[in-house]
Parts: sequence; C-alpha cells; structure tokens
Amino acid sequence: MTTTITVNGEPRDIDADPGTPLLYALRNDLGLLGARFGCGVGVCGACMVHVDGTPVPSCDTPLWSLRGKSVVTVEGLSPHPVQEAFLDGQAAQCGYCVTGIVMTAAALLERDAEPSREAVMSALDRHLCRCGAQQRMVEAVLQAGRRDSDSDSDSDSDSDSDRSSGTGTEA
Amino acid sequence: MAALPKDLAANPILSRWITVHRDGTVDLRVGKVELGQGILTALAQIAADELGVGLASVRMRAAGPDGPDEGVTAGSMSVTDAGAAVRVAAANVRALFAGRPFAEHADEVDLDVPADPDVPLNAAGALVGRDVPRLDLPDKVYGRPRYLQDMRLPGQLFGRVIRPPSRGAALVSVDYPTDLTVVRDGSFLGVIGPDEAVVVRAAEALRAASVWREHDSLPDENDLGKFLRDGPHEILAVADDGETPPPDDATLTAIYSRPFLAHASIAPSCGIARWTADDHVEVWSHSQGVYPLGRAIAGALGLDPGNVEVRHVEGAGCYGHNAADDAAFDAVLLARAVPGVPVQVLWSRQDELSWAPFASAMTADVIATLGADGRISSWRYDVFSQGHLARPGYAGVPGLLAATTLAAPADYPAAVDPSAASGHGTMRNAVPGYDVPRRRITGHRLLETPIRSSAMRALGAFLNVFAIESFLDEAAERAGRDALAYRLEHLTDPRGRRVLETAAEAAGWGRSLPEGTGLGIGYARYKGRGGYCAVVARVAADADVRVERLTIAVDVGRVINPDGVRNQIEGGAVQATSWTVRERVRFDRRQVTSVDWLSYPILRFSEVPSVDVTLVESPGDPSAGAGEAAQGPTAAAVGNAVAAAIGVRVRDLPITTDAVVAAIDRMA
Ligand code: FES
Ligand code: FES
Repeated sequence: MTTTITVNGEPRDIDADPGTPLLYALRNDLGLLGARFGCGVGVCGACMVHVDGTPVPSCDTPLWSLRGKSVVTVEGLSPHPVQEAFLDGQAAQCGYCVTGIVMTAAALLERDAEPSREAVMSALDRHLCRCGAQQRMVEAVLQAGRRDSDSDSDSDSDSDSDRSSGTGTEA
Repeated sequence: MAALPKDLAANPILSRWITVHRDGTVDLRVGKVELGQGILTALAQIAADELGVGLASVRMRAAGPDGPDEGVTAGSMSVTDAGAAVRVAAANVRALFAGRPFAEHADEVDLDVPADPDVPLNAAGALVGRDVPRLDLPDKVYGRPRYLQDMRLPGQLFGRVIRPPSRGAALVSVDYPTDLTVVRDGSFLGVIGPDEAVVVRAAEALRAASVWREHDSLPDENDLGKFLRDGPHEILAVADDGETPPPDDATLTAIYSRPFLAHASIAPSCGIARWTADDHVEVWSHSQGVYPLGRAIAGALGLDPGNVEVRHVEGAGCYGHNAADDAAFDAVLLARAVPGVPVQVLWSRQDELSWAPFASAMTADVIATLGADGRISSWRYDVFSQGHLARPGYAGVPGLLAATTLAAPADYPAAVDPSAASGHGTMRNAVPGYDVPRRRITGHRLLETPIRSSAMRALGAFLNVFAIESFLDEAAERAGRDALAYRLEHLTDPRGRRVLETAAEAAGWGRSLPEGTGLGIGYARYKGRGGYCAVVARVAADADVRVERLTIAVDVGRVINPDGVRNQIEGGAVQATSWTVRERVRFDRRQVTSVDWLSYPILRFSEVPSVDVTLVESPGDPSAGAGEAAQGPTAAAVGNAVAAAIGVRVRDLPITTDAVVAAIDRMA
C-alpha cells in the first residue's frame, strides 16, 4: 500500500504497510540515513526528525500518521548553524547520537533563539549520549543560539528547500 | 641498531601501511580502528608530520585485509603502539623519496621493502601537539552515511536473529510459516528478507512461535559478594613483600564492590557478510580487531583464515569487547543461506543490553594498618572477579556468541584475564601507586562465568582504584589528615604529585563549601605505567545525589591532539560518573532483566556534571592513551565527595540516592 508524505519539502510515495515506522521508510525507501536506529521505542532520540516543525522520534511514528504532514530530516536541515557549532566545538565522540540531537536543538532555537543553559539541557534530556559528550553539545547549542542572533540574518528555516544529500549507497 | 616499534616489527613491509599516489596524496592503512575516540585523526597527524605533507594529503583507510595486523584496538594502546609504528613507517617513506616530490616519483619508489628502524625522525612537526579537528566528524554531524548500520551494498538483504529467552536455553520447536528465509542451526534461529521492517516483524512472530527448553543458570543478583567469593578461583598473586603487619598498629578494614555493568552503546551492534564461494566469506564489522575476528570466524566454521576477509566500518561508540564480533558472526551464519548476497544483521536494543558481554562484578577487601604517625604501615588487598577477557579467539575457541548455540556447539569457556604484559584484568591497578610497605595483593578470578563477561574500559582498574582511593580517604580520616595531604605523604612520583596538586588547586581544594556539598579526590596512574589522572568531584546531596562538577588533571606524556585528549577524558569521566551513580545490570536466576533504557538507566543531559580538564604537559615522555585514565579516579572522587558532603560512606556501587539513604539509615 502506498502512503504519500512530504519529506524535506517534496511529496514522496512510500510503498509499505502503513504501520511501518517512518525510520525504516527514511533509511531504506528514501535513502535518508541520517536518522539512526538506537532503541526503536522512542526513548533514546537517535532517530529524531521534525514533523511539522516538532521533534519526533521516527522509530515509533507510523507512516499512516504522517499523511498531510511535513517531515524534515537532518538531510533537509543541513547545513544548519547548530551543526557548524558542533564541529567548531568538536562536540561528539562517536557521533551516533548527534543527528538526533541536532534536530531537537534546531527546533529549540526556532522557538527560542537564545535559550538558557537550563532550557537547552531540558530540551536535550530526551536524548541519550553514551560517549559522555553532553557538556560540549550543550555549549555548542548555546553557541549556535548566540551566533544566530548576532548575525541578525534572515530566517534560517530551510524546511522548504530540499537539500538532502547522500543516497547512502556505499560499496 | 634500534628496534622497530612492536606493530611495525610485526608488519615490517612499508607498502602494508602506506601507498603514495601519482597525485601526491598518501593512503595510510592502520590496523587500529576508529571507535569514536578520534584515533584516525591522531594517526593522520603523526603521519603527515613525518611525511612532511599537509593533513589533506593523507587519506586514512579503515582496517582490513590489505593493511597491517595490529591485533585489537584496546587498552589505550593505540597512540602508543600504532602511533610509534606509523611514525617510523612514514619517516621511512620520506627517506626513500629523499626529497623528491611524491607526485612525480610515486611510481619509481618501491615501498615493498622492510622498514629501517634507524631512520631519522622529524622532530619539528607542524601538526602533532595541535588541536586538529576530527576527520570523521563532518560526515557524522551532517548525517551522511558512514556507520556500518548505514551501509547498503547492492542487493543487500536484512537479517535478524531470534536469541534464546534465557542463558543456555535450547530451541525445541518453531512453527511459523513465512515467505522469508528462515535459518535454523541447532538453537540458532534467524530470518532474512529484503524489507527491514518486515524482517523485524517476522523475527517477533518467530519469537512468539518458538518453544524453548530453559533452566536456571545465573547467580543471585542480590548476593554477588557470595557468588564472587565462593569460587573456585585462579589465584593471582601480584605482590607479596613477605612481611607481617606491625602488631601494635591500628587495623582498618573495608569491603568495596561494583555490580555487572553494560557497554550500552547507543547503537545496537551490526554486521554484514557475503559468501563469495563455499569456502570464502567477506565480512564488514565494527569489531575492535579485524584480523582476530577473521581468525575466530574461520576457526568456528573450519575455514582457511585467509578466506575470511574482514573490513572495519565505523559503528557507534565502543568501550570494549561488546557485541560487534557476535553480530558479524550472526551475519556470516545468516548469509550462508543466500550465497553471493550480502546480509546485514542489526541487533535489537534488548539483545544489546542482555546478550553482549558485561564488565564483571567485583568486590575487594582492604585490610591495612596505620602506624603511630598515621601512615599506612601494611597493606593487604584481596579482589574477587570474573575474568575480563573473552575476545574472539581467546583460549583457542571462537568466543562468538552464536557459535555456542549451533547444532554442533562451540565451547564458551570462562573469561580469562589479560597478561601482566597487557596490564592485567582483575588485577589492573590493584597495586596502589603509593609508597606503602608490607604489601600482599592477591586476585581471585572465578573459573566459571555464568554471566558472560569481557573487557570494558579500564577493566579491573575501575573497582580497584575506587577501592584503594576510597580507602585512602578512610585512612586519612582515621589519621586525622586532609585527604590530599595524606596522599602526597604517600606519593613520591613527581608526575603523580603534579596531577594531584593541579586538580586540587583548580578545584579550590580546602575552601569552605555550602552545607550538603562536598569535594572528593581520586587519583591513579592507569595500569601503573600509563597516563596519570587526578579527579576532584563536587557533589551536592540533599533530596538526591548530584555530581555537579569534575575537575581533572591528566598527564599522558607527549600529546598528539590536546583537544582530542580533553574530549576523551571528559567522555570517560562522564561515563564513569554514570557507572558510579546509576548503573547496574539486573537479572533473575535465568536471564538479564535490565533490557531497555528504563531498566538500565544512564546519565541524562540534565544529570551530567560539568567537566574541566587541565593537561599537565610532559612532552618528553612517551604518549599514553587517554580513553581509560579517568574512570577509576572519577568513581573514587565521587564516592569520597559523597562522604565529604554527608558524612556517610557508600562502599558498594552504584551510589544511587537510594543507596545513600540506606547508608544513612544504617548509621542512625
Ligand atoms: S531509535 Fe528512536 S528514540 Fe531510540
Ligand atoms: S557521541 Fe557517541 S553516543 Fe553521543
């Protein structure tokens, strides 16, 4: 059965059981491998995407629930000031948790351009990082917030442009 | 004539390590693998400096059959071993080009020659010692496919394994009709298909439709001390000064323990395999050692080791011997059913938390005497543990989980311990770095390991340092001394003194603190010969126990990438804080019951301490690893800070709020 959802600004047809979690469709049908599997039950945050601007774990979001909604993945978000701040601060070790955290941080900055440290920590509290890189990540998000409001640029929302990059085939 | 560095001596031909291309770029192949610790970047820095090229000219190639065999990436030895080898190999290549440009002469200079140990090294590098950004992070931060979990080979199928419901369970029957390929060999059960989500559902259906014969095989989780002490044991006598304690001195005793701990990597383990002929298989794995894994797979299946080609692809953070090798072997077994087709196996979160090897529970008894001057006058230490080494191929058996469940099952003997030369396992850091006389230090390694255990960061050092450093505080208190001053009285090693003094100073040691807040200190030199690390923890204890800050000083000799060292220390300390205050593998008499992030909680963003790291420079000393230096000192510092904050000592990890409340109740 085909479900049509909007991913990174484009309507995409996905031929799968409507109960299939979005994460599998992204990774295997659409070749968008930036959202990652960690737990499969919505508690680690590795698979975070935006659904209508809100961070949502894609591993427990069924396709049928996304009809008429707009999904943005890290490929659609990149490059984002939060990512640059993560690289500037080397805010990762293995990096597996990072794309999910970037999605939540980007949504936070959209709501609150210059969040407090407490606001960043509470937004990221639904994410797990086993490598212990949390401190650098919080710093990076604060940095991205400051940088964003300094540059007083036009909107940084890229949700309407399709910038998805890799298709993920590698030999 | 100088000797070649160990890894280069084992793989002396330069072309194993280095290829120079006609465009002037250089491929560097190493046997050490990226585990999230930044090793490839550090090695690229070393190579670029010795080759006299920029970092952009060096391409790091993942470990595989074309590169050198450097064993496993473990024990914080990568910078020491691979760094030394890469440096000399690169210097050799530069010497062979003798000033001629790489690009023009790439074809003429023959690198199929053995390395010369006496090659002059380049003293003044531009990159070593600098904060070079990690080469692998842009892909990871921008979400480009880079992990093994992201790999999609042409025609690749997805596989899942249905693990038994409990240890030692035997598959009696399974009845589930499906179009997918079901693989069964004894009690090994798996399913393969083209659509991952469908395969996951089918695996669940197969699980529900399978009947197993089960039995109890696990020890009592609520009495691990008894389990660890009951034996039989191997006795590990590492120090005995042969003198009895002075009879008139005061005796002080204490018992410390930690539970089983899980690696709990954020990604479940993954493996990919493709059989290219009846007797030849290609494997992609995030294993710590591609050659040892290949030999173990060959051993398990009776193949020629040269016919098992294992290539490393990065996975999520690896903190020791986790399930990476097991997942690779799962893929090998499943892919055998579909010759020529690659199969990717991904473990579930539940399997990752229950079937991967754990870090062993441990308990330690300290009995010491204090002289009239308050100094330690004798030291007796006994530590009890399962072994810390069950890597693939150890003890002459495959050491691969699925091999034990096949119709012709492989044995899975108890975990052993690494040799003294490799820094011990149970006994790692069991000998205090202090000047204490009349020592008797003995390990008791269980000969049976009903709970699968193997290497996890710091091995026995985590509990040994926690025990020794907690005890030092208890002894200082008895002697009426300040904990820092008491340590310095027992420590002559100047590098050790320097990290202690540096951390204490940076943390404001000795200044007054609010009610309910305490500072605690912990110190060790990892393995007694690696990096020096001192940690001061600041803990606030009111309604709950919070580790607010860790102030750390480290000396890891010659530093290749200062920010990389800081990052490793920060991460190690945060992870160790999580072990110290949260983590405990739970099980009943049959199976592990801590199978998800709710039953095996780790520290969250709002709970992690801020970490401040000072690098104490020691450029003339050889490089030591940083990934495992902070764990033991962190646990000790936290325990000591809790005691300082509320006057109660918790000797059994984890120091949860409940454990602190229970300790207060016992005192009252
Ligand atoms: S994989 Fe989706 S929250 Fe863990
Ligand atoms: S960087 Fe490895 S889990 Fe976060």
